[in-house]
Amino acid sequence: MADIGTERKGKAQAVAMRLWNSRWPLAAGFVAVLIVYGFAGMSGYVVLLAGAVLVAAAILPPGVARQSTENAAAVEASGLQQLSGEYLAAAVADPLIIFDRSAAIVHANAAAVAAFGGIAPGMSLSLKFRAPEMQSLLDNMLAGNVASDSVDYIERLPVERAYRVSASSVGHATDLYVLVFKDQSEARRIDRMRADFIANASHELRTPLASIAGFIETLRGPARNDPAAREQFLQIMQNQTSRMARLIDDLLSLSRLEMKPYLKLGTEVDLRQALDSVIDSLGPLAKENGVVIERDFAEGPLAVPGDRDELFQVFENLLENACKYGQSGGRVVVSITRSDSDTEPGIDVTIRDFGPGIPEEHIPRITERFYRVDVENSRTQKGTGLGLSIVKHILTRHNARLSIWSEVGKGAAFTVHLPVR
Amino acid sequence: MQSVHIVSAYDEELKYLSKRIAAMGGHAERMVEQAVAALVNADPGLAQKVIRDDLVLDEGQREIDDKAIIIIAKRQPMATDLREIVGAIRISADLERVGDLGKNVAKRVVAVADGRQPSSLFRGLEALANLALTQLKEVLDVYASRSVEKIGFVRDRDDQIDAMYTSLFRELLTYMMEDPRNITPCTHLLFCAKNIERIGDHATNIAETIYYIVTGDQMPADRPKGDKTDKIILPATQPAK
Repeated sequence: MADIGTERKGKAQAVAMRLWNSRWPLAAGFVAVLIVYGFAGMSGYVVLLAGAVLVAAAILPPGVARQSTENAAAVEASGLQQLSGEYLAAAVADPLIIFDRSAAIVHANAAAVAAFGGIAPGMSLSLKFRAPEMQSLLDNMLAGNVASDSVDYIERLPVERAYRVSASSVGHATDLYVLVFKDQSEARRIDRMRADFIANASHELRTPLASIAGFIETLRGPARNDPAAREQFLQIMQNQTSRMARLIDDLLSLSRLEMKPYLKLGTEVDLRQALDSVIDSLGPLAKENGVVIERDFAEGPLAVPGDRDELFQVFENLLENACKYGQSGGRVVVSITRSDSDTEPGIDVTIRDFGPGIPEEHIPRITERFYRVDVENSRTQKGTGLGLSIVKHILTRHNARLSIWSEVGKGAAFTVHLPVR
Repeated sequence: MQSVHIVSAYDEELKYLSKRIAAMGGHAERMVEQAVAALVNADPGLAQKVIRDDLVLDEGQREIDDKAIIIIAKRQPMATDLREIVGAIRISADLERVGDLGKNVAKRVVAVADGRQPSSLFRGLEALANLALTQLKEVLDVYASRSVEKIGFVRDRDDQIDAMYTSLFRELLTYMMEDPRNITPCTHLLFCAKNIERIGDHATNIAETIYYIVTGDQMPADRPKGDKTDKIILPATQPAK
């Protein structure tokens, strides 16, 4: 692994480390020289020379590896031979799993745990990766038919991911094997996107396009000299084009989300702050619809792991829906509560409106793409039919759940359950 | 995972059983996935492949049955081992049924593909299939990790599947009432939806078996209420919209 460049760098680091480790004796030496200088009145050159000798003594003994207190330094000094497989696995950015002759997992690096979850040492690999091509890959490896092999492996649920998996045996007669997963989701997504676009979007884009084409025809023909009609038609055409633009925006953000299948770890989002800014940004819309937004936030810190921009979009879409479709209720309540059930502690964000509600038979379906409870109402409210689909997608990536309660005539409540780790 | 036996061949046999179950599970997942893909994309070639693949599952179930009976006869297993073996027999039967249901969906592809249906008809079915497949995947993941404390999700998702099925049933009935030419494809799609809903039920059964294998207790019996399609009656004339 280590090439010449890094080796040289390693040597420079070792020298610096040695100097640092012996900083106290060095300092003492300098002070001693200075004291002697003060008493005996030697020339300045002698002092410099003595200093140089001290530093050289600290750096020199090159063959002898210094006992370092830090493990990392020890690994570096003792070279590739003693390099721990665990460190090496951790340094690989792709998911990597080391397994033994009985297909039991020996070690999985952090990327593998993040990608597949629920991987513990000792677990059987063939129980976890059940796809037929993975099974035959493992069987071939363990039977010793091949020294290395690779297959394409696709996980469709919960989020689609495609990998090029290569397996090979490690070293000579170690009885250990390694699986490396190369993420190819992006290339696959581009393919899928094209097919999806033709299937879904072309139909949705055709409707406004047909209406624009119709109005242009009218404007050039019968309505050529009718300024009032022209003004009205141009207004409709403008509405239709902006609807198409919104649709394209939504489609793009949906496919962008599907492009990057799993989340980076370690970032935290303050829900209080996020919801405050969502409410502020939707203030004008709420006012326009005559809706008052009320807040009911729990005390204490309300942070969850996640991506700020994505969660912002979730709450924005939900609150926008509440303001638009729950308009008749006159108010919308946004609440944050902590839910401390034993199995999955988390934070619930509920957005409740008091509008007409959603009939029961539509509830399971409303997160589907382009599914609309009431087509006419959705069109007049400038909906694209993708808002909740985007919400669902983002929440899946966050390991979060969306539950929907609604009763006709009483309004609807959308609850987002975000797990805290 | 399991304590070690004095006869290491016994351990090997038990391991082999669970490995075969996992392989069957992988096949069943793949079959359902491909059957639904064949239906949505009107792909009779893929449907034929699914129908052929069912043999693998039938074979798998027979093999697991044989092996399990031989182990019981030879080793006289007790406690966890016995539950493990009996559980394997039950899970393999459930998986074999899942494969049959997938095969039945695949068989209907030709009938549905005859007149090209609007894609909105399939979108609901696809969503239902995704729910059922997620259920199956998570249940089989629990079989691998033996973390039964995570099994609560099964009930939640069963409710979701039932609600989705009920909604789909209603939608398909509406299409049939709109235009009698829709009746043939929609009836086939109704059966497909029913099959997929049954796949979810089999996944729930498997979850209960796993719970029993690991804990030795039956899973607490608060079974969900099931779907509500038995109560759906649409008015004879389509309401004006």
